[in-house]
Amino acid sequence: MTLSKLKELVQQVLPEVDVLIGYKQGFDPVHATPAFVTKPEQINDLIWNPLCVHNLCSYLPFMKDKKVGVIVKGCDSRTIVQYMQEKLIDRTKVRVIGIPCRGVISVNKVLHAVNHQPIESINFEGGNLVVKTPEGPKTIPMDEVMPAKCSICQYPTPLNYDHLVGEAIQSDKPKEKVFEDIKEFEKLSLEERRKYWEKEFDRCIRCYACRNACPMCVCQDQCLAESRDSHWTSQRDDLTEKYMFHMIHSLHLAGRCIECGECERVCPMEIPVAKIKKKIGMELKELFDYVPGINPEDTPPMYTFKAEEATIQEHKL
Amino acid sequence: MSVVAEKELRIIGFLCNWCSYGGADTAGVSRFKQPTDLRIIRVPCSGRVNPLFIVKALLNGADGVLVSGCHPRDCHYSEGNYYARRRLEMLKRMLPFLGIDERRFHYTWVSASEGARWQKTVTDFTKVIHELGPMNRQPAVSDKPSAKIT
Ligand code: SF4
Ligand code: SF4
Ligand code: SF4
Repeated sequence: MTLSKLKELVQQVLPEVDVLIGYKQGFDPVHATPAFVTKPEQINDLIWNPLCVHNLCSYLPFMKDKKVGVIVKGCDSRTIVQYMQEKLIDRTKVRVIGIPCRGVISVNKVLHAVNHQPIESINFEGGNLVVKTPEGPKTIPMDEVMPAKCSICQYPTPLNYDHLVGEAIQSDKPKEKVFEDIKEFEKLSLEERRKYWEKEFDRCIRCYACRNACPMCVCQDQCLAESRDSHWTSQRDDLTEKYMFHMIHSLHLAGRCIECGECERVCPMEIPVAKIKKKIGMELKELFDYVPGINPEDTPPMYTFKAEEATIQEHKL
Repeated sequence: MSVVAEKELRIIGFLCNWCSYGGADTAGVSRFKQPTDLRIIRVPCSGRVNPLFIVKALLNGADGVLVSGCHPRDCHYSEGNYYARRRLEMLKRMLPFLGIDERRFHYTWVSASEGARWQKTVTDFTKVIHELGPMNRQPAVSDKPSAKIT
């Protein structure tokens, strides 16, 4: 069983690190929460199931002075690779325990599915989720409550790790489907797209949770979006400012976003902000045949150039 | 004098100091006729042009933005325009996804001696912006009734 194997590995890694980051049960049965393990007796609190949604790598750049162990899923592992490229972590001080992953759930989707009733218990049976609320038990197919990233997951097995829990697995999701939603969206007219984003951004409360949860947003203490000196954004609450904030966030992620979906997961207003980053990912693939967070030796495409760019045509007026 | 009879629109031009600003100057010295909608901002290098400058301009009052630098291989700082090309190309592809017409943003290369090329660029771009008309912007907060605090 995965959990016992995981605990075994944690036991092995713990003496080598100052802290190990994993998952434990949160305040209710549907929420997992990060666990910071420093003592062997805390190992028993660790859990592993589809509720373990957080990208725990996000802590690493802020813990550079410590030796840290971290548990990663396939998608999370791309964060490690990207950090290595950008020298945001010292890989020799990090112990990575990788877990081949079959998909997680979106807590929001589960809550919607049970009409936001308090959840008493949650069980995973086959491909289903059995959620018990005061209204009684409800069986929900996992597929219906997965975040979008899992339904197109290409890297279920971590790409970079020191220890692997169990056997590596292959993706069973077709490659051609990865950008299907973006292509579908692009069939809308310019006007419709504009309306769509105005409607979405209108709800944005500029809480910046999407930025704070983003593992690649490492300059949060001096974020452009909060610089009042250069007037990048003001404190006005209009759409222009919200648009501007999202352009800052997404353009600063160009070539660096590893598509973990954390930005979208944490948004309290359920704004599909990861979609903008995915569009950038699609263009990167086309322009530079590049996918972020795959090879530690790569240089992010915006940090470099070619004198002749085969894919960039000069624009005519 | 505007090439287009109607009212002027607001076009912002980010020109690099070494080539395109010189090119615009050459056009001026040669007394080439140009539309007057463009407001030029002189930057040290096209590599200095943060794509967010363009976004900020378009969202806050510009109807079009033009960026012009030295031709590839001619950058005063050897490689500034190469970085610019990647960033600006990415922006150009992003704008329509968010519902902003990508024709409102154009980037190109004009050298200091190319007065005629500058004249043609600015004339053609101004025409495009006039065809598109003013950018449909969100009303600023000051135009909205102020929120009541109760
Ligand atoms: S994207 Fe892949 S690795 Fe990540 S949680 Fe979903 S299935 Fe697991
Ligand atoms: S998390 Fe959501 S509401 Fe908060 S700033 Fe980001 S998009 Fe806006
Ligand atoms: S922008 Fe979103 S999907 Fe991309 S790395 Fe940041 S949190 Fe992950």
